Amino acid sequence: MALITCQNLCLGYDGREILHDLSFEVNSGDYLCIVGENGSGKSTLMRTILGLQKPLAGQILTGDGLRLNEIGYLPQQTPVQKDFPASVWEVVLSGFEGGCGWRPFYTKAEKQRAEKNIRSMGIEHLSRRCYRELSGGQQQRVLLARALCATSKLLFLDEPVSGLDPRVTAEMYDLIEKLNREQEITVIMISHDIGAAMRYASHVLHIGDRVFFGPREAYQNSGIASLFTKGGVTE
Amino acid sequence: MTAILEKLALYWQYPFVRYALAVGVLISLCSSLLGVTLVLKRFSFIGDGLSHVAFGAMAIGSVLHLTNDMPLVLLITILSAILLLSTGQNAKIKGDAAVAMISVGALAIGYLLMNLFTPSGNLSGDVCSTLFGSTSILTLTKTEVRLCAALSVLVVAAFVFFYHKVFAVTFDESFAAATGVKTKVYNFIIAVIIAVIIVLAMNLVGSLLISALVIFPALSAMRVFKSFRSVTVCSAILSIFCSLLGILISILAGTPVGSTIVAVDIVLFFVFSAFGTIIGGVHA
Repeated sequence: MALITCQNLCLGYDGREILHDLSFEVNSGDYLCIVGENGSGKSTLMRTILGLQKPLAGQILTGDGLRLNEIGYLPQQTPVQKDFPASVWEVVLSGFEGGCGWRPFYTKAEKQRAEKNIRSMGIEHLSRRCYRELSGGQQQRVLLARALCATSKLLFLDEPVSGLDPRVTAEMYDLIEKLNREQEITVIMISHDIGAAMRYASHVLHIGDRVFFGPREAYQNSGIASLFTKGGVTE
Repeated sequence: MTAILEKLALYWQYPFVRYALAVGVLISLCSSLLGVTLVLKRFSFIGDGLSHVAFGAMAIGSVLHLTNDMPLVLLITILSAILLLSTGQNAKIKGDAAVAMISVGALAIGYLLMNLFTPSGNLSGDVCSTLFGSTSILTLTKTEVRLCAALSVLVVAAFVFFYHKVFAVTFDESFAAATGVKTKVYNFIIAVIIAVIIVLAMNLVGSLLISALVIFPALSAMRVFKSFRSVTVCSAILSIFCSLLGILISILAGTPVGSTIVAVDIVLFFVFSAFGTIIGGVHA
């Protein structure tokens, strides 16, 4: 069974429908890119899958023993975080909070896993530093390490490279690809960057006026892709 | 110097001075704990709004001639805190407007009630002491001190127990909610704790200056320290220090307690700001 199956989803808020009758599935090990214009409902779709809002119709099923709160999530930065006094260590560790229930403190095993995730992001030298003083790329690595604390199965990335310079962007994509290949973590990524989708994704979900879901190659050959990629970023 | 010490030793013999110091320490500790969260969640004005609600409730209490109005004030304030937070995103009147409405409304109704029904001839004096807490901390009874101590212990215990959850919910509410943290429950608990703190703090600084007690220590600590834990610990220590100093100064110089404490808080804020700039703290 697929990790996540969305069946006939209708999405929107305040009774206004943005997405109608959307169906797709994500299998273990997939790298799904969700692309589409601004306002096409990418963020609404993401919030719905994460359980932050309810679909107007349709359902989301999980399989392979995945529970809905086991999705690691890399959100966009919020204004609150810009002046939040928090060390990298505190931020990463907070990824375990969802699994804590009423337990007030983190266990030793959780702390060790947090250390491991910090190392795998290559930021162990920053772990005592203040989060708000880091560069954009370093902050994204911290949040990725936190997301890894919340999951070992599925990562949901919301525009992970927005605001990063080209070199750091490339590093970020490499890091995500490594997680997908080596740790076999399923990745769902929202992106404006169609070039990256074409390079890294195994599947593409295009939403907007025309909807497409399927493997990357099929998307490349479809008319929608060429409409969206006429800037010549396809390989 | 010896004269001052002798004067302090003299005052120390009076139980009301010891009560005032003990209650001052407890309240300032409690009020500083959630300061960081409130500042960062842009909830600074919930403190203000709730304290005005508490003022309204106190007015009702004095109209009803209650000798101990704390339980009533506590109940009404907690209910308002829950009301304000649970209206949340889908309310017709949102966030700041709702807070402003309730706080100004409670202030006006409270003053109106006191004006219409109060038996005391010194109305403006009564109102002034409720708003600025000028003398009430020096007139505490033993029961009030005990109630205050019990509530403080509860607040501190709850904060320690929920410390990591408060951090997770404050730092990134959507991440927390998406990964299974019961953010609604914790926001609710935070609201109740805030309400309790505000009712406690009204004795110390009065309802107009409560926000200062909650927010100044946190802001000062944030100028210098950079992790959530160090900021929390620092603002607790800072808050206790300012309150003790403020109470002592007010006893010696005969100034109003609440405003003296806030003045000390303001001075320390500038000291910390300057220090933070020198060591490259917050502006980095």
